Amino acid sequence: MASVEYSQEHEWISVEGDVGTIGITPYAQEQLGDVVFVELPQAGRKVAKGEACAVVESVKAASDVYAPITGEVLEVNDAITAEPALVNSDAAGKAWFFKVKIADTSELGGLMDEAAYQAHTA
Amino acid sequence: MTETPAAPLKRTPLYALHRELGARIVPFAGYEMPVQYPTGILAEHAQTRIAAGLFDVSHMGQVRLAARSGQTATQALETVVPADIAGLQPGQQRYTQFTNDQGGILDDLMVTSTGDHLLLVVNAACKDADLAHVQKHLAATCEVEPMFSRGLLALQGPLAAQALARLVPQIADLKFMTGTFVVIDGARCYVTRSGYTGCDGFEISTPADATDAIARKLLAQPEVKPIGLGARDSLRLEAGLCLYGHDIDTTTTPIEAGLLWSIGKERRAQGGFPGAAIVQQQITEGAPRKRVGLLPEGKAIAREGAEIALSGKVVGKVTSGGFAPTLGRAIAMGYVERALSANGTKVELVVRGKSVPAEIVPMPFVKHAYYRG
Repeated sequence: MASVEYSQEHEWISVEGDVGTIGITPYAQEQLGDVVFVELPQAGRKVAKGEACAVVESVKAASDVYAPITGEVLEVNDAITAEPALVNSDAAGKAWFFKVKIADTSELGGLMDEAAYQAHTA
Repeated sequence: MTETPAAPLKRTPLYALHRELGARIVPFAGYEMPVQYPTGILAEHAQTRIAAGLFDVSHMGQVRLAARSGQTATQALETVVPADIAGLQPGQQRYTQFTNDQGGILDDLMVTSTGDHLLLVVNAACKDADLAHVQKHLAATCEVEPMFSRGLLALQGPLAAQALARLVPQIADLKFMTGTFVVIDGARCYVTRSGYTGCDGFEISTPADATDAIARKLLAQPEVKPIGLGARDSLRLEAGLCLYGHDIDTTTTPIEAGLLWSIGKERRAQGGFPGAAIVQQQITEGAPRKRVGLLPEGKAIAREGAEIALSGKVVGKVTSGGFAPTLGRAIAMGYVERALSANGTKVELVVRGKSVPAEIVPMPFVKHAYYRG
């Protein structure tokens, strides 16, 4: 059973073993508005917690997506670069951004659970 | 356009309506304005291009100029703008700019002659400065009346005329860049056939207290939906129209900006507006740089501030860029050195440190569809 944690910057990370799947939250996509462009990191790239490693652009503006955890990018979701609107329609599901091999699972302790994130965005 | 820091935000007569419609409200030019409604910018953009959209542009500044006894308002205004204003027939409208002594642009504006006075529409962020400028230069010849509390509605799109004609039949014959007084819902309004989208459409100046009722009447038409400032920006960018404070400002001349068409033929020769010598010299010898359209390859979006480079050397800067919903791709405009400004020139746009190939292309990106009768 995967656990889902949330960052201050509105990323979610679903963790199974030492692999984390990362996306942006439904709240974040709502704030962005219509997403028209997504840029993802290269597989193999090492990312540090808090590092800008993807870009999501709405009609209005470009926003960075930050790695909520340190690790190595294993796989990216080409479906959202091909169809950026997926980020609006299914941010918490099909529109995941990338997967990382987590370097240190203790970093997860600094993230928020669902209830804390709800309170953060309320 | 710059946002006013810290000052209390103002509201247009449609603030309550925006809230009711579920708009996302943002600070813009000192006002609380709707950036989008729940349908979102892409849907609002398409709505305007396909049917009709209603925009609240009441934050813009409306100013009335009436000549003092023995004076002529059109001649007076020509001392601060380069357009042919003296040649305006009653009901005719022109686009022009307030220029400074260096030929830079203080603001761009629309001027309409009603026959016995002139109506100006200026940008929201500049309106106080514009008013002071006009009062300083024209107070001796004209009564300068700011009408900043009036409403201004833009109804834009191929079905705008059909929708508005149901309320005001006489607008059907109005041609692009002309205007007339009308009565809507019992209120005296001034309608011009103009806008900022490249579509056919109208701008309707309304008494403040009638604005809400008129907006609701327009929204009750089956063709019409409310549109926010987000889509207003993507529509004007597709139409290749300048946004003050971004594509034009005090450091750009009308010639650099590609606005020579808006300068009267006689005025090019005779001058008589601030910065005329510089503008005339640029007409004759060419401006050092030109505003151009840019079509980047691929999907990356080059936004305002992105550098334009050629063989690694910076040759200009993007002043507006974004996703063009009608075209489903990124577009931009910016300034490049004149020698490199020819259509078809291959350049690079620097997006987040990466070089994106782009081509200089003619504007508009989406063909204008004005009603010329």
